Amino acid sequence: MNDPVSFATEFHPSSSPIFFVELAILTLLVITSIAMLRMRRLFGVVMLSGIYSFLSAAFFVALDAVDVAFTEAAVGAGISTVLMLSAMLLTARREKPYAPGHAALAAVVCVIVGGALIYATLDAPPYGDAAAPANSYVGQAYVERSAVEISMPNIVTTVLASYRGFDTMGEVAVIFTAGLAVMLLLGIGSDRGGKDVRDVPRMVGREEDGPGLGEKPTLDDGGKSPSPKGGAS
Amino acid sequence: MMGHLILRVVIKLLFAPILLFGLYVQFHGDYGPGGGFQAGVIFASAFILFALGFGLKETQKHLPPTVLPFFMVFGLLLYALTGVLGLFMGGNFLDYYVLAPDSHHNAGQHIGIILVEFGVGVAVFSAMMTIFYFFAGREPEIHDADW
Repeated sequence: MNDPVSFATEFHPSSSPIFFVELAILTLLVITSIAMLRMRRLFGVVMLSGIYSFLSAAFFVALDAVDVAFTEAAVGAGISTVLMLSAMLLTARREKPYAPGHAALAAVVCVIVGGALIYATLDAPPYGDAAAPANSYVGQAYVERSAVEISMPNIVTTVLASYRGFDTMGEVAVIFTAGLAVMLLLGIGSDRGGKDVRDVPRMVGREEDGPGLGEKPTLDDGGKSPSPKGGAS
Repeated sequence: MMGHLILRVVIKLLFAPILLFGLYVQFHGDYGPGGGFQAGVIFASAFILFALGFGLKETQKHLPPTVLPFFMVFGLLLYALTGVLGLFMGGNFLDYYVLAPDSHHNAGQHIGIILVEFGVGVAVFSAMMTIFYFFAGREPEIHDADW
């Protein structure tokens, strides 16, 4: 364990049982993303993205990154699913039909970028390598010094709040700014229950969403017409 | 929003434990997984769950949207002022050692991290609630047929 090289040669990720768990989760991730690509109903896509986040969280747990898994489950599967649902309420329920035009060009771009990424992974250190750059320099220093300098068991917290405290303040400022921006962009009329909001693009989207595109055109407009907004406008 | 009796009962049962778990994640973050970011989101998710079951108006009665900007500013300022406190006590910005210089078990670090993480939690919670309120508040009510 102390000698990085011997640890790297002893450790074979593919021989441990957790490897098969990871393989299964990664396979499910691919299946979920393909299902998201093929689905046209946005509600289903949002639900699948929540499932994708939960699978990612499970994958992070398998990688021993519990803090990241925690955040992914809370933010990715919880909050962003709700936010996507509320955003979906403001727009159409269905994705626009696929218009084949630049399919060949897109395929070429995908193949090139994907090939470049796979080529880049050939240079990456093997999984679990103790001599990898991420585990060597500053990371190793945090692991060694955190118990003495901060005396806290959770190294993630010491790095986040103490060693990189200034960075975290920037992150909080980013979240603050996001809340502020949403308040400024969407705030008008919201405190009155949204009744006075007139969104021209949303109306256009609603019309496109009507008959002609979906198999069940009446489903989307079912609860809309008797709403207070219809009476007010 | 009438109906959904089972959902509402389950939400009522879950609401307090979720808040308790949020507090645990907030203040146990230096010993176990978690911290201000996760705790703020968990806290917000309890209120969002409540809003999904009982409607936005009912939620805003208990947590008015007008108080959220103050929470947001408070969280960010608590973080920044903890840093400035280090400056005033003779250290660097965000230097927690000077908060308890005579401690042999790094009490200053613990105080600083608890304060800073609490600021993060408050800011994240109020920002998430603000974003949710303003997204969900665009529609007067979410009809069942919209799902």
